[in-house]
Amino acid sequence: MIQLVELSVNGERHDLAIEPRRTLVDVLRHDLRLTGTHVGCEHGICGACTVLVDGQPARACLLFAAQVEGADIRTVESLSEGGALNDLQQCFSEHHGLQCGFCTPGMLMLAEGYLADEPDATKEEIREVVASNLCRCTGYQTIVEAIDDCASRRRAALQDRLDRSAS
Amino acid sequence: MAERFPSSEPVSGDSRQGDYRHSRVVGASVPRREDPRLLAGRGRFVDDIALPGMLHAQFVRSSEAFAEIVSVDLSEVRAVPGVVAAYAAADLDLRDITALLDRPAHEFVPTAMPVLARDTVRYVGEPIAIVVATDPYAAEDGVEAAVVEYAPREPVVSDLGALAEGAPLVHPEAPRNTLVDVSLFATEGIDALFEAAHTVVEVHTKTGRQNALPLETRGVVADWDDRDEQLRVQTCTQVPHQVRTVLAACVGLAEKQVRVTVPDMGGGFGQKCVVGREEIVAAAAALRLRRPVKWIEDRRDALTAAFLAREQRYAVRAAFSETGEILALDADVVCDMGAYSCYPFTAGIEPLMASAEMPSVYTVPAYRVRGRAVTTNKAPTAPYRGVSRPQYVMVMERVMEKAARALGLDPLEVRRRNLITVFPYTGVNAITYDPGSYRESLDLCEQTLRDEGWFDRRSDGVIGIGFACFSERTGYGSGAFAQRRMQVVPGFDLSEIRMDLDGTVSVTTGTLSHGQSHETTMAQIVADRLGIPYDRVKIVQGDTDRITYGWGSFASRSITIGGSAVAAASVKLGDQLREIAAHLLGGDPAAAVLEDGGVRLEDGRLSFPEIADVAYLRSHLLPKGVGPGLAATASFDVAGDGTFSNATHGVVVELDPGTGGVEILRYVCVEDCGVAIHPQVVEGQARGGIAQGIAGALFEVVRYDDAGQPLAPSFMEYKVPTAAEIPDVRIEHLETPCAFTENGAKGAGEGGTIGAPAAVLNAINDALRHTGVELDDTPIPREAIFRALEAS
Repeated sequence: MIQLVELSVNGERHDLAIEPRRTLVDVLRHDLRLTGTHVGCEHGICGACTVLVDGQPARACLLFAAQVEGADIRTVESLSEGGALNDLQQCFSEHHGLQCGFCTPGMLMLAEGYLADEPDATKEEIREVVASNLCRCTGYQTIVEAIDDCASRRRAALQDRLDRSAS
Repeated sequence: MAERFPSSEPVSGDSRQGDYRHSRVVGASVPRREDPRLLAGRGRFVDDIALPGMLHAQFVRSSEAFAEIVSVDLSEVRAVPGVVAAYAAADLDLRDITALLDRPAHEFVPTAMPVLARDTVRYVGEPIAIVVATDPYAAEDGVEAAVVEYAPREPVVSDLGALAEGAPLVHPEAPRNTLVDVSLFATEGIDALFEAAHTVVEVHTKTGRQNALPLETRGVVADWDDRDEQLRVQTCTQVPHQVRTVLAACVGLAEKQVRVTVPDMGGGFGQKCVVGREEIVAAAAALRLRRPVKWIEDRRDALTAAFLAREQRYAVRAAFSETGEILALDADVVCDMGAYSCYPFTAGIEPLMASAEMPSVYTVPAYRVRGRAVTTNKAPTAPYRGVSRPQYVMVMERVMEKAARALGLDPLEVRRRNLITVFPYTGVNAITYDPGSYRESLDLCEQTLRDEGWFDRRSDGVIGIGFACFSERTGYGSGAFAQRRMQVVPGFDLSEIRMDLDGTVSVTTGTLSHGQSHETTMAQIVADRLGIPYDRVKIVQGDTDRITYGWGSFASRSITIGGSAVAAASVKLGDQLREIAAHLLGGDPAAAVLEDGGVRLEDGRLSFPEIADVAYLRSHLLPKGVGPGLAATASFDVAGDGTFSNATHGVVVELDPGTGGVEILRYVCVEDCGVAIHPQVVEGQARGGIAQGIAGALFEVVRYDDAGQPLAPSFMEYKVPTAAEIPDVRIEHLETPCAFTENGAKGAGEGGTIGAPAAVLNAINDALRHTGVELDDTPIPREAIFRALEAS
């Protein structure tokens, strides 16, 4: 059986003719060739497939593509603009928050979704959120530090903008 | 003791500066060259590869732990929509994989591992047939349609069961299910030493079976290329040349008809440093079908049917003097290696490592060991980060703790009385240990925890402090592996370097980075030797057509051996550049200096592009006897016993009397890997290794039921620790440069994993000391902690 599905991914519309059982992560990776999102377990534990669905981190291995028609889906490919890494990606590099890089896209999207909702998150709160996903290389410390550093920089930048608009 | 170099200032994780001797970029935590593509989601892992017309494979796997295969019926499989082909062993006729040791029959029994099971299955998950389909979903549909009839046999599901009188034989050629049985050293008079000793302590421990668990499961894309007349295999392996050799032999091709390349790899940790059966079968299917075939292991198969590790049992006695000096060590080590010997290491990988190196960092004057590998009906074993050292270090650190208790001495003082402090030290195990900071690392680790106030917070039943002192042999050269009597002897590394017209450099390495940052660290080494920025150096790895031969990355060999080969090749290229420049400018090549992307002489300077211009485009200007082009080849091997990194780990735990739970309050690691090429990467290796060591100490275990069914087929049962369980780690560096690697570097890949189980176990036992209960097995059962606290 084939079903027509319309997806919005990174602001771009895609019309797909797919089996209804096809998962979102397989559609992203293999039909749309957005291979930045990874598959680590296919049962919702490791979080390597984390993407944003309407701004919220979601396990793309646990969703059928047909379930998210009409939603705004964001993947790791949306983060860097014109080949330039965004601030969160730069923080991951500076803190050595990645080694093999396999869990990294999931960690980045998890952090983007979380910081958008909770810009004032403490380091301990960030650590709890990072515990949603698995990393086998880093021991997590540098991932937490990278996200915390990015959050601090974003807060400082926002304060700076507020100060300037006030003056 | 050999001269100790002053340690550099500890380099924190976010520092981009280092202060190292004789170097510019070596020692600096420069931005990693791997990062931009991986962060942008533009890496290329094996499952990211799509070839035109590509098919997808999955495997029909055994549902039985031990059975004769009565029949395999794939007719229904072939009728499933989308299925293109299905092959069992008889359809493909592949040669077996056999790993060998050059040891007599009473020490080693060779066993063949068929690529697909033929008549017998020996573990749940063993591949029986491959199903190839137009998409992965259809391949799984096909697998479900297979009908396999078994005649089940009584399985062997434990090491003791394997050794029991009258036990069923997993391989009929291996009596007592024993594949390796070595008795080594047996210092003369050792029994008399035990009889006369003031104190004898015993350690009996069993460590759980673990999965190395790279987050990227195994996988391969294979296709036959008519133009190159090659079977092209893109596979996530740590050992591409060994895959080529085995694959060529299994399918009956010449080595040059197989090209193995390795894309980005999501970790390996040893599980991918042996040749996998599935990658051979998928390639054979691609060869048969003349179409690309991809196989990506799913997580259930990765947890149950991939190579596992670490299930060992130790019975150890140690004799001590009244003042705490160790006098003798007697050990019996049994490793449950599962159903087959892995290639190239064999089932000897764990028992031979444990037997050879067990005396650890201590001056043990008398030693006797029996090391055995037994075969059982479980998924087979491969090396896993640390290989036996997490276990025997745990045993030795328990020995020190028990001796201290028995003698009423401070356990750190007992360690100090026995640590090796005079180097080089040749042990009773006939291994020579190069200089390290064994004593200094313990002193600094203890002092750090004292300064932070943790010793004041120790309290019975709540907070305990534990330590682990250890060294890590790295840079195993061919001599060290030959001692193990492997028939295939890894060790050396080759490097070929080339400078192009614009002065950029490409350099091959036979090692293979899969998270360890070699694209950065190897480039740093080259950059310093040639006087160019490290981003002008491209590392070529993981390609059997472009690299003459390599042993890949395992056993913390990459920087010590591969990095030394890369450095040696760079020096040769530098000599060429200096000779040509001296000829063109007039002057003595010996006085020519490589710096800032060129060669400086008294009478002027030539940039590398200017020299390359002559070497390639105006070669008639070259000096006599110097051929065109700018290229050099070098090799490196370690002649002796390798170089030993060392560390002391100190751990503070808090026990929860209500649940038996363990929280790690503080973790301090004082490590010494010689000259750190990139301190941030070294710290990353230590932290990641410690997380895996904690995982083995507290969380992860692969258990089987009596029928041999694996009980942890998903992440719901196999508990991989998260950021909630793994603590931050304070790392302090000491630096004892290696005298015989080109960079003074020692390996840093495994130490974290080696020290953590011992330190955690000792900390828990410290908190339980008032109860009289001592826990010696891993993973440490929470229930045992709860009961010990409840009883007290």
